[in-house]
Amino acid sequence: MATDFSYPDAAAKAAAVPKEFGPEKMSLSMGPSHPSTHGVLRIQFELDGEIVTKADPVIGYLHRGDEKIAENMTYNQFVPYTDRLDYIAPLANNMAYAIAVERLAKLEVPARCQAIRVLTAEMARVSSHLMGLGAFGIDVGAWTVFMYCFEEREKLYKLFEELTGARFTTSYSRIGGLARDVPEGWIQRVDAFTDQFLPILDEVLSLLSRNKIFLDRTVGVGVIGRADAIAYGLSGPNLRGSGVANDLRKDRPYSGYEQYEFDVPVGAQGDCYDRYLCRGEEMKQSIRIIRQIVKNFPRGDWYAPDARKIFAPPKEKILTSMEELINNFMIVTEGPQMPVGEVYFEAENPKGALGFYIVSKGGGVPYRMKIRSPSFCNLSILPKLCVGNLVSDVVAILGSLDFVMGECDR
Amino acid sequence: MTTDVDLTTAVSQQFPSALPRASLDCPAFNSSAAEVAAVLKYLRDAQGFDFLTDLTAIDWTAEKSPRFTVIWHLYSSEQHRYVRVAADCTSATEPVMPSVTGLWAGADWHERECYDMFGIIFTGHPDLRRILMWDGYPYFPLRKEFPLAGLPAALPDAEISAETGAGVIAAPMAGGPFVATPGQPMSAAEPRAKDEAWNEHSEKTV
Repeated sequence: MATDFSYPDAAAKAAAVPKEFGPEKMSLSMGPSHPSTHGVLRIQFELDGEIVTKADPVIGYLHRGDEKIAENMTYNQFVPYTDRLDYIAPLANNMAYAIAVERLAKLEVPARCQAIRVLTAEMARVSSHLMGLGAFGIDVGAWTVFMYCFEEREKLYKLFEELTGARFTTSYSRIGGLARDVPEGWIQRVDAFTDQFLPILDEVLSLLSRNKIFLDRTVGVGVIGRADAIAYGLSGPNLRGSGVANDLRKDRPYSGYEQYEFDVPVGAQGDCYDRYLCRGEEMKQSIRIIRQIVKNFPRGDWYAPDARKIFAPPKEKILTSMEELINNFMIVTEGPQMPVGEVYFEAENPKGALGFYIVSKGGGVPYRMKIRSPSFCNLSILPKLCVGNLVSDVVAILGSLDFVMGECDR
Repeated sequence: MTTDVDLTTAVSQQFPSALPRASLDCPAFNSSAAEVAAVLKYLRDAQGFDFLTDLTAIDWTAEKSPRFTVIWHLYSSEQHRYVRVAADCTSATEPVMPSVTGLWAGADWHERECYDMFGIIFTGHPDLRRILMWDGYPYFPLRKEFPLAGLPAALPDAEISAETGAGVIAAPMAGGPFVATPGQPMSAAEPRAKDEAWNEHSEKTV
């Protein structure tokens, strides 16, 4: 019962349109408050129909002058400000900042402190990628993934709250140590979390990985070539999605990452789908690292005990010893004492390489501190990446880049 | 793979004026504004530093000469190491530096930020305008003379400014944040010492 239909030739029809209705470029402002710009990113588009011909990202809506603030306070006072850089993974920022300052002081923290930092940073990576995955899902129309991700993320936040006293603004690191040791039984609860998390993660990923709609929205969309990824200084999953196997945890191990076994997932095409796959696999690798730490959790000090002018001693010592009280007073009022010099340290954060360049003239306050934020560099490719795509594909591209404006604008 | 010592000798052979710079971690060089683009190109092409990870500047205050130093951090994805290159701007009033957007496309936003915060002009940059602050903002906030509290300025939209008479105001400092200044006595770290012009009892005059 086949019927013959004749379809009009679209091109011929378009050519027949009178010339006075010729194409006109349209200007469209997306954001700063738009659900798919994940915060306060604004992009000024020039459109030819639905196709982007020019994209100019407008950033700075969340600029708070963190670098200026850093020049005006002691090193420990700045720890809470690092929470507010990538506020999806504050624990990883806390660690990166503390290590940068410790590099300046040439201070090594004990194994237990390093292990706790790596543990929390990897948990932060899982929570950040869950958030990124959930938001990406919503951007391309997959609600369920978001619900699953947020439930798992909530479990992580319960653990963070128990450890640091806060769900989001953790401020957990101190220069030369941590705010406090892990509570009783916490490590076992982390272990229990990893056990139940892996099957759920597989379930979540299975909702997307072979989903026809998701594949149509992401495969071959927003392709970043290897050369472009390097030229724009991308980092993190966005760089690895383009096939560059750069991971500072492997390449320049810090905080004892060299002891742990994990793989660095790398994409092949550099499209939105590859970036999604990298994040999914990275979560599994993070769980692998967490399990190794939990299995061999080091004993001993959780702060550098010999760094007398840098780390304030624990409260019970302050309350019993005059000398410790004076020491604590000096560190709190004048800041941890640093030598003259400059260092640059980058850590592999969930969003990419978070760097701190610190110029010290000595004393407890940095002379200049530059924060190299991965989201800033990752977004700088947008003017090139968006052009030629449909507006609806830009939504998928933004979701796949997984940026945080708090970090981009500082 | 070349060692850090090899890199230092290689660069000083190629560029006799590029002197090693004091650094606590990676190899570092002081170059000049005239030569720095060539040094960076050499490091990228001959030494394999393929990533421009960071670009920033330091303001050594108006009393010092040279006042501004621009800093580049490069990373080699093959050798897994960093190098730092620094160059002073010759003029303190009109600081100028050559752009490296031709070497790394990512330098675009870094240079715009550096211009935005310090007022350093990158010659050869295709589109040097403000990035974090808005177009028409009158100050360069990371210069040392710019106060932490900020300075009053007009709103980005002149029409709204004229209609409402509103503007950007400096942050009230009385009562916090607790700030410290390097090398100053501890009494100067108290918040009220920072901004005496304005507190709960008297209006800010400036």
